[in-house]
Amino acid sequence: MLRADNVTYVHDRGRDAEGVAPAPILPDAGGPALPGVLDVSVRVERGHVVGILGPNGSGKTTLLRLLAGMLRPESGTVTLNGRNLASLARPALARSIAVVPQETHLAFDYSVLEIALMGRYPHLGTFELEGPQDVAIAREALAATGTLALERRSFATLSGGEKQRVVIASALAQQAEILLLDEPTASLDLGYQFDIAALLARLNREREITIVVATHDLNFAASLCRSIVMLSEGRVVAAGLTGDTLTSMSIQALYGVVADVYPHHAAGHLTVVPLRRVRRD
Amino acid sequence: MTDVRRRLAVSALAFGGLAFVSVLAAPLIGTTSISLRRVFDGSVPFADNVDAQIFFIARLPRALAGAIVGATLAAAGVVFQALLRNPLATPFTLGVSAGAALGAMLAITLRLHLSLWGVSAVTAASFIGSLGAVAIVYAMARARRRGFSTNILLLAGVTLNAFFSALILFVQYLADSAEALRTMRWLMGDLDIAGYGPILAALPLCAVAFAAFAWLPRPLNLLSLDTDAAASRGVDVLRVQRVAFFSASMATGAAVSLGGPIGFIGIIVPHLVRLIVGSDHRVVLPASALFGAAFLVATDVVARTVMAPIELPVGIITALIGGPFFLWLLVRQR
Repeated sequence: MLRADNVTYVHDRGRDAEGVAPAPILPDAGGPALPGVLDVSVRVERGHVVGILGPNGSGKTTLLRLLAGMLRPESGTVTLNGRNLASLARPALARSIAVVPQETHLAFDYSVLEIALMGRYPHLGTFELEGPQDVAIAREALAATGTLALERRSFATLSGGEKQRVVIASALAQQAEILLLDEPTASLDLGYQFDIAALLARLNREREITIVVATHDLNFAASLCRSIVMLSEGRVVAAGLTGDTLTSMSIQALYGVVADVYPHHAAGHLTVVPLRRVRRD
Repeated sequence: MTDVRRRLAVSALAFGGLAFVSVLAAPLIGTTSISLRRVFDGSVPFADNVDAQIFFIARLPRALAGAIVGATLAAAGVVFQALLRNPLATPFTLGVSAGAALGAMLAITLRLHLSLWGVSAVTAASFIGSLGAVAIVYAMARARRRGFSTNILLLAGVTLNAFFSALILFVQYLADSAEALRTMRWLMGDLDIAGYGPILAALPLCAVAFAAFAWLPRPLNLLSLDTDAAASRGVDVLRVQRVAFFSASMATGAAVSLGGPIGFIGIIVPHLVRLIVGSDHRVVLPASALFGAAFLVATDVVARTVMAPIELPVGIITALIGGPFFLWLLVRQR
């Protein structure tokens, strides 16, 4: 289980992951929140798929980076199965938690297989080269994401959806038990969004990988996530099973949008239909 | 045998062979022709063997200096490019070579002849100069969180180059004219060294830099994904950046103290090597070092012979090749 207990983090505006100006104080967030401060407790059960929702600048990316151990909290602890992430060395951390960024831009061009093999980094010694076993793991990860046929292709020539699946394969090659994804479908068209959702659901089902995904796409979250954490201005305003959390009321409070939320009989999960914009209060 | 092992072995053999042959062949070419067979003719004592004397005393130091400077500048280019995530970054275009040249110029003009742990004052001053220039570049890259855009990179390089050039001219203006003429030639990038002394003086810094370079390629691969992506795969990003920044400055300082600010090696060589071996830094870095050695030694032969008996500074030749090459790369990017 991955959990953050009373974790606080002050956004350094120069480094702020989302690059958004600090939010004003929210009256009902419980206590006086300082501008640009994250103050949260989150529990991610093993084998769950958890969605992190919230408007721009609410701290989703910062929370993901804290959960990944890439940022150190100012107070509170982030623990994985009872062990404080701060006590783990970087490679050990990377063997447990893998991260998929929103988009990947390479400075130099690598082949698809080379990108997948980069996931083996935390498993190799300083001067160790990948062996046949590492290549087998990387190719298997490519196969799992449906990109094995592309293994010789140059990464730069792939489409957005193919790139995202290759990056997920690279994260899978880390053989981590937890996968954190930051808006994995943000720049993808509907077809690729569907592919990514299906892929993540399958990875969770077949490999029991715990998945935490920050997203703006409520229907994507509804189709995929077992539970939801709602962030607003650095605080958790709602958390729980998707059916209990994703409601018209919470969506209006979070985004200032009136939406209809109902179970869709064909999709088999909740569906969110935004209706109109209202002032946030 | 996995892919990277095979590519490493093949490229080391091919580029290593090229470097070896060029270092061995370069001293044979010149106004006085000598033969390799007579050079290594053991039956004639060295004192009477004119060919061996020309080979070992007059010409081999220059070829070795070319090999060391070429290898060091090419490898430093690879590291700068990975560190700043931009294939146009090199010691020369970033203004790091100019910083090193300023340091070395000051040491030469002020006649600092100290030496500490085998590192001469000129080499040390050159290193400090390059470190100062890299510190400015690095601070700018960090202040802009997303790293360097090509525009900013080139503008920063142009500015630093102009700034350091002005300081170099100032130092030169104050120095006496005989000294100025000597340093002018050195500033053009010249491998015309006397004996093995200067090579030995630059060697300790080169050795330390290359020891760091041996550790860097794997993290550098991950840095070309993204700093966040690298961190999430287990790379200690800050430490890698510091080591890369330091070792590449050291390498540039050592190379410039030996051969002056020879330009464009750090961009021509890594680029050609990447076209052949791909982008994996574990292959690109050693292959660039070996090819850089061969390339500069060969270019220096051209510089020595193209207007014989006049020997041109090799920096003129590399700039004549490198300038158009750089412009072509700039147009071709994106």
